[in-house]
Parts: sequence; C-alpha cells; structure tokens
Amino acid sequence: MKPKHQRFVLAGLALLAIFGASALALSALRDEAAFFYAPADIVGHLPDPNRSVRLGGMVKQGSVERQGDGVTIRFVVTDGKASVPVRFTGVTPDLFREGSGVVAEGHFRADGGFTADTLLAKHDERYMPPQMAGKMHKTESLKP
Amino acid sequence: MAPAYHNYGAWGEPARLWLESRASIDYPGCAVPILHALANPARFLKLARPLTPLCFWCGVVLALIGCWAGLTRTPPDYLQGDTVRILYIHVPAAWLGMAGWGGLAVASFAYLVWRHPLAAIAARAMAVPGALFAALCLVTGSIWGRPTWGTWWQWDGRLTSMLLLFFVYIAYIALARADADRGGDGRIPAVFGIAGTVLLPVIRYSVVWWHTLHQGQSIGLTGSTIAPSMLWPLWFTLSGFTLFFAAIVLMRMRAALGLQKAEARMRRMAAA
Repeated sequence: MKPKHQRFVLAGLALLAIFGASALALSALRDEAAFFYAPADIVGHLPDPNRSVRLGGMVKQGSVERQGDGVTIRFVVTDGKASVPVRFTGVTPDLFREGSGVVAEGHFRADGGFTADTLLAKHDERYMPPQMAGKMHKTESLKP
Repeated sequence: MAPAYHNYGAWGEPARLWLESRASIDYPGCAVPILHALANPARFLKLARPLTPLCFWCGVVLALIGCWAGLTRTPPDYLQGDTVRILYIHVPAAWLGMAGWGGLAVASFAYLVWRHPLAAIAARAMAVPGALFAALCLVTGSIWGRPTWGTWWQWDGRLTSMLLLFFVYIAYIALARADADRGGDGRIPAVFGIAGTVLLPVIRYSVVWWHTLHQGQSIGLTGSTIAPSMLWPLWFTLSGFTLFFAAIVLMRMRAALGLQKAEARMRRMAAA
C-alpha cells in the first residue's frame, strides 16, 4: 500500500469516526439539549416546582381565556398525548395564537399547572399566503 | 537556520510547495481525473481568471433579482406577514455558512491525502467568506426571531450549534495563521478542518432530534413546505449568493498565489 492510499484510508476512517461521534452526541444529548419539556415528557414526574423550566407545545384550540384584569391569560399547552394548564400575566408575542406553537418559561406548581413568566411563540416550517391558508389555519388574533 | 518559508507570509508552506511544483507539474495517481487536471496550478489560474468575474456578476445579478422578487413579488405569510421576507437572505446565509465548512473539509481532506498545495490554499480561502455567511445567518436569524418568537436570542439547539460553527471558523482562521507563522506545512489546520465537520450533522438534525425553538426544516429532498408562490425567489438568492461565494474564494486563491509569486521573486532578487 502506497503512503497516499494509507493516508486516504486513515483520513476516511477519521471522517467516519467523526460522523459516528456526531450521531452519538445528537442522541446522547437528547434530554440535555432539549430546549423545553413537552407535556408528555413530564407525565408522572413533575419537575421540582422551585426549578425554572420551559414547557413547549401547541396552544389548544379554544382554550385561551382572558381574566378580568385584562393581562392575565389561561390556556392549555398540549402535544397530542398530554396537556398542561398554563397561567401567564403579561404581554403575549404577536404570533401567540390558538393552534400554534408556544414555549413558556416559568415553573410548575404543586397542582400540576404551570405558571409562565415569559412566552415565546414557536412557528412551524410551513410558509404560505393567507388565501392558501384559508380556513385551514385560523389567523385571527385573540379577542379581548 | 530559521525556516525560510517565513517569507511566504500567511500562506506559508503550501505556497512554497506550490512554487516548487511549478518546476515539475505532475501529480500522479490523483483519484479523480478532474481534480488531477485542476491540481496543476497554471491550469487552475488559467481557468480561474475568466471564471472569477463570471461567477461574481452572475451571482450579483441573480441575488439582486431574488431580493427584489422576494421583497415585492411574493405574497406575505399567513402568520408572519412581511417578516417572512428575511428568509430570502437568512436561508442562503445558513446554507453557505454550512456549505463553506463542507468545502473547507473536502479541501482539507484532499490536502491531507494527496498533499496538494492548491487544496490547502482553497481551504484557507473558504474560511473567511464562510465565517462571514455564518455570522450573517446568526444576525438575520436574530432579527427574524425578535418579531416572530419574541426574543433576539435563546440557547436552543439550532442557534447554539450554529454559533459554535461560527466560533470554529474563527478558530480555524487563527490556527491556519499561527501554523503558517511558525512555518508549519498546513497539516494541523487541515486536521482541524476535518474535525470541525462534526458540527454539520448536529446543525442539520438539531431541529429533528431535539426539542428546539427553531422550526423544522422547510426544504428537504422530498419537497418543500414553503408555498410555491413564496419559494421561487429563494432559488435565485440561493444560487446568486453561492456564485458570489465562489467568486470570493477564487479571488482569494488567486490573490494568495499572486502574493507568493511576488514574494518569491523578491526573495530571488535579494539572494542574487
């Protein structure tokens, strides 16, 4: 084997090892690298109420209700398997809508509900003009 | 005696090898015939000279058409309104930030295996524009994130891994420079170039494998989740910025080769 071929095999093996390492890192960091808990992740083992965590999922259709003070809202975050009631006081992001994604920063309460300090809107990877979205996606903002 | 290739400036040893190679232009046994043909620096320069303005102007025109169409010819998004238009810059920037490192890694691989000096010069030439596009991706992403997500920055998987890639670019540039300064033969930056590839799959699959704030990918092998009426200008900006990137790389490679020629001549004159 010529040195050139040796180097080719060596560098090729190194490259394979690197992609293997990257795959291992992706799967091993799955829990640590998660930006938020989905409701199904925490069924049965609620995070410590004193710990600041993020909860992410979809805002359940028809679940948003505005409280009398005008700035507090309650809604349900769901991932299709489980759901968590959330309470939030403050200004919601523009893209916060029913049926759309949301990431709430805050903490769980002992009763299993979630108190959010901050809301982040999460949108999906679909982009389309309003006519096309039509009835498929309700785009109205929250009614006061 | 101090290594003489200090005189070759930031490009160091590869340039010395290149100059020596001009005497006997022959790289036997290169695996790919086209690489073999390009391995000849004289032939490369002959090809690069007309290719540089061609790539540059085609790239500028295509990118301008894409930006104009993206700003005026496409409908707003049903959810985000006009904010979505930043994607015509953000997506090409992200693509080139990653493709730039891909190219850098391929060139590093070629340099390690075939020891071709032109490959080392190509890898170094790709680092700066790659870092710039990675930075542009981060900045446009941040500007996009504020009105849509409601935050300039979050340490989510996609954002963090892209920021890491930017830092890795900076580290590569510093390492290549340091290696050249102490007269290295460019093998260390080449190894680093290959090792950095670990980030590319992490960035690509971060939104698939992890819970992230960043949305999933819109354009895959099987199609796109962007409506066709909004998608078409993206092909213009993608191809335009890519050609522009290629033009910058060609310019930097030619400048590096030209600089070496000039410095070698000065050295010969001083020695005479």
